Amino acid sequence: MSPSVLSVDTVSRWFGNVVAVNDVTMTIGPGITGLLGPNGAGKSTLIGMLAGFLAPSAGTVTLDGVTVWKNPEVYRTIGLVPEREAAYDFLTGWQFVLANAELHGLADPGAAAKRALATVEMEFAQGRRVGEYSKGMRQRVKMASALVHDPGVLLLDEPFNGMDPRQRLHLMDLLRQMGAEGRTVLFSSHILEEVEQLAQHIEVMVAGRHAASGDFREIRRLMTDRPHQYVIRSSDDRGLAAALIADGSTAAVHLDGATGVLSVEAVSFLRFTELLPRVARDAGIRLFEVSPTDESLESVFSYLVKS
Amino acid sequence: MNATVVRLTYRALLGGRRAWLLLLMSVLLLAMAVLLRVTVGVDHQVTADFLGAVAVAALVPLFGLIVGTGVIGPEIDDGSIVYLLSKPISRPRIILSKFAVAAVGTVLFAAVPTFVAGLVMSGTAGRIALGFGAAALVASVAYSAIFLLLSVVTRHAVVYGLAYALIWEGLLGSFVPGARTLSVQQWSLSLTEAISTRDLVSSDVRLAVAGVLLAVVIVGATWYAGQRLRVLSLAGEE
Repeated sequence: MSPSVLSVDTVSRWFGNVVAVNDVTMTIGPGITGLLGPNGAGKSTLIGMLAGFLAPSAGTVTLDGVTVWKNPEVYRTIGLVPEREAAYDFLTGWQFVLANAELHGLADPGAAAKRALATVEMEFAQGRRVGEYSKGMRQRVKMASALVHDPGVLLLDEPFNGMDPRQRLHLMDLLRQMGAEGRTVLFSSHILEEVEQLAQHIEVMVAGRHAASGDFREIRRLMTDRPHQYVIRSSDDRGLAAALIADGSTAAVHLDGATGVLSVEAVSFLRFTELLPRVARDAGIRLFEVSPTDESLESVFSYLVKS
Repeated sequence: MNATVVRLTYRALLGGRRAWLLLLMSVLLLAMAVLLRVTVGVDHQVTADFLGAVAVAALVPLFGLIVGTGVIGPEIDDGSIVYLLSKPISRPRIILSKFAVAAVGTVLFAAVPTFVAGLVMSGTAGRIALGFGAAALVASVAYSAIFLLLSVVTRHAVVYGLAYALIWEGLLGSFVPGARTLSVQQWSLSLTEAISTRDLVSSDVRLAVAGVLLAVVIVGATWYAGQRLRVLSLAGEE
């Protein structure tokens, strides 16, 4: 299979007054790419445009140089696993995957359906109706329907949502295999760990913007090497504040006289986490509470947008 | 047309309770026809009034609405249409397949019972049954096309469809004569008027005009539905 490349070139998409995707440019090549971002970041909108189900309001989305929008021929190359559950519940798994193979106009739809169901290990349940499947089984049969024509590009919108850990591992293995075969695999997720475990390459979206792009180590560094805010309570807040500010890993300390709360802004996450207990021990200060104040994923993301 | 799209559509449409509901309504029409035949006897004017008011004015548009929106509306609503759209099949071909199922379904459930009801009430006399059967047939096809288009254009196809059938064709038609020239019901009745040898029905529209308008509506609506499906946006759930 020849490697396929998806190109997003200065793409924006707005719905009325709401800008869902704002001037995004990225290239997605063979291997696994994770599209990371909090809910509402525009991931689904972007995947919708990559899959040809939404017209970009500005810019172009192309597959190997060919415009995706209003071009059903691209579906010979693209396999799509949509986020939504509905999938002809009245059909059995076998009938559903077979129908997808037929719709692709494959020469031997039966053999293709058989192969796709084997790939996702769903033969055991192929005689049951899709409506009776668990969420994880449904996800796998959706996956089989996307793989039935052996596509060069696989688009998955939040594929791990609602899966149990075992199903998650199984799908990860499957996607790794797809990536290793030279397919272009793009999946979206709002969970950093999921993306980190699977994707060699990560694209981060926040509030419709393309916030960061790169290898997962780079993204991890971007996410950890940022000012971290901590609230600390100890046996001697003032003494601890003095000892912390002396070190380069601390950018600011603030002692609230009224509440007796010490706030610390650390510049280097790793150095600070190592420094704090050492400094406290050396000064004979007992730590009662250390709590990060901005550890939510949203704050991490919004930090990435600002940088 | 695409055989797989036809098969999926037909199974989705007739699986479950909808088929039984439609069948029940068809049987109800026939039961009423039998009842009238038994109680009133053979009265061609009663046949014409009954078939005009109950079959052509109510049953056919209602079936057209249920079936025409049913062949694609639920799929667009729940998003399962992506499995049809993410295939190398032209969208107009998908629409044509859906239209075929809708038209055949409406004809079977609404037009055939109308013809049979006519036979029950008046036999073959004056080609009354044939006239109304033909009217129901063309109206079935036209309504299927219109309501199929409506469900591609809007998520509220059933509401707009009912508004059209009840307000435009029903109410407005009886008060504003001009509205009647733009009514599927009147177009199809001009066929009854032409076929039936008895002077029981009068349409406001001449047969030639009605034929042209019907053809324009059926072809136009189906063509436009295909174009609209080409640009159907399926946004994510964000």
